[in-house]
Amino acid sequence: MQFIQTIYTIWQREIIRYWRDKTRIVSTFFMPLMFLVIFGAGLNETLATGNFGVDFTQFMYPGIIAMSIMNIAFFSTISTVWDREFGFLKEILVAPVSRVAVAFGKTLGATTIASIQAIILLILAPLIGVTIHIAIIPQLILFMLLLAFAISGMGLLISSLMKTTESFGMVTQILIFPMFFISGAFFPLTSVPSWMSVLSYINPLTYGVDAIRQIILGNQVASNILNNLSLHPISVDALFLVAFSAVMVSAAVFAFNKRA
Amino acid sequence: MNIIRVENLTKQFNGFTAVDHINFEVKKGEIFGFLGPNGAGKSTTINMLSTILPVTDGEAFINNFSILSQRDDVRKSIGLVFQDPSLDDRLTAEENLRFHAKLYGVPSDEFQKRKQEVLKLVDLWDRQNDIVKNFSGGMKRRLEIARGLLHYPAVLFLDEPTIGLDPQTRAHLWDYILRLKREKEMTIFMTTHYMNEAEYCDHIAIIDHGKIVALGTPRELKKQIGGDIISMTSNQKAELKKEIEKRYKKDVKEKDGFLQIEVEDGEKFLPRLFNELTVEIDSIELRKPTLDDVFLSLTGRAIREEEPSDKERMRQRMRMRRRN
Ligand SMILES: Nc1ncnc2c1ncn2[C@@H]1O[C@H](COP(=O)(O)OP(=O)(O)OP(=O)(O)O)[C@@H](O)[C@H]1O
Ligand SMILES: [Mg+2]
Repeated sequence: MQFIQTIYTIWQREIIRYWRDKTRIVSTFFMPLMFLVIFGAGLNETLATGNFGVDFTQFMYPGIIAMSIMNIAFFSTISTVWDREFGFLKEILVAPVSRVAVAFGKTLGATTIASIQAIILLILAPLIGVTIHIAIIPQLILFMLLLAFAISGMGLLISSLMKTTESFGMVTQILIFPMFFISGAFFPLTSVPSWMSVLSYINPLTYGVDAIRQIILGNQVASNILNNLSLHPISVDALFLVAFSAVMVSAAVFAFNKRA
Repeated sequence: MNIIRVENLTKQFNGFTAVDHINFEVKKGEIFGFLGPNGAGKSTTINMLSTILPVTDGEAFINNFSILSQRDDVRKSIGLVFQDPSLDDRLTAEENLRFHAKLYGVPSDEFQKRKQEVLKLVDLWDRQNDIVKNFSGGMKRRLEIARGLLHYPAVLFLDEPTIGLDPQTRAHLWDYILRLKREKEMTIFMTTHYMNEAEYCDHIAIIDHGKIVALGTPRELKKQIGGDIISMTSNQKAELKKEIEKRYKKDVKEKDGFLQIEVEDGEKFLPRLFNELTVEIDSIELRKPTLDDVFLSLTGRAIREEEPSDKERMRQRMRMRRRN
């Protein structure tokens, strides 16, 4: 019971802080719009000739979702470094509560904020000509949550190791681009050099993009085309994301216990 | 059984010994003061006792719970006000308290009652819905104390509770602390490097370079000094020092440019000095010993003699910035 209450309390604080920060709220609405305008208008014209057998916007859309989830999830987990710098982390760490619950609360806070953004993107999808069937929405949201949780867990681990917000920002900036490019969001990973393919196997974004793409395209393109574009069965994607999150959150808890 | 028992507690950071086999006990309901200069190991001791810093060697019990093996029970038994600020300044005072209450499992109806009680104690009741960012340094410190009391801890740890505050706010804060002791019979463990604050404590441990060099009531400690203090200046300090050492076999200490000696009966000793000394004295003062003198006599240094290091100065500035 105290375990759940701790998760809830930590989560609630993240949300209150988010809600009070008007810049962050505005950017939550603005960023997806920007992504959609740029990708929707620009890329569609120049790259639409791609030969995957699907409309390029349709192909890219899961990547846009994954990209913005990653951005927001990383950015939200900076709050832990922030807490350390401003002393509040001590108040949390000295409380008689489970560190696992603290880590869950933090991760769920970032997950929630990243998911809000992803859902806005979902609502805006028809504007750039992405077709989404009502029936797949629950499944889509589930994977958005899973991906957001996995990235937030990773962000929490990084923030538990970093001393300053600057170093946190640096590390996440360095990670964001490679993770994005070897996730299969831009080009299919079915015919890439083997080193890239190995890296893509440990990249949570790969699994998120893979699952979201299969769900969206599932009833739109022929199954042989879809098979060419996808890497794993959806259940494997889900399993990987869950396992990845578990590893990240445990490692973050371990780091907290070690340092303080 | 004493509420805090510390046995050979030791902390090393990469081979550097910050706290060196210290031993002491604190009685229930008293104010116990940890007095020492910058870097003496005061905060390190508090961090170990509050279980947030791993212990290198030794053991301690708080409320009869071991800080090594019963951490959660220790954590429930203590309230903490850290040396550096630890409020969330984007939240309101009330939200900071609510957050704390939930983590410590205070039920919500009980929370309403206690919130009123602790906020009134520190005179912040009518500011509870303000964002902490807009509080003054003294208000933030008081809110931290209120928060530390919310779960009715058996021991309240205050790490330099008055640092960075102006004298008036400091005096006020002391009113609250003494009220806590009186009305709640709270055990308070505090650190300070202000000598005059140490006078409020029931017992004091003087710590220097990680070791406890003296322990007792303020009165006992001052009695260790042989009576009265005479301090004087002269153009010929070296000669004066030599002459006093030779003539009276007294230990002469230097502090802030003054020479100091401890004598049993100052009123009788002064005339002798004037009559017998050949070196000229520029000015002279006779006074009763303070804890400053105790520290000086134990360590040969004044407690605030050393200039703060750059790092320390930086920390203080950060602290001020965050408080403001
Ligand atoms: N995490 C750490 N790593 C290495 N050394 C440390 C660490 N924390 C403290 N120290 C060192 O241990 C010594 C004692 O520090 P501590 O903070 O306990 O002093 P203090 O008595 O609280 O001083 P102050 O009056 O400045 O608060 C100092 O020399 C400090 O540099
Ligand atoms: Mg200190």
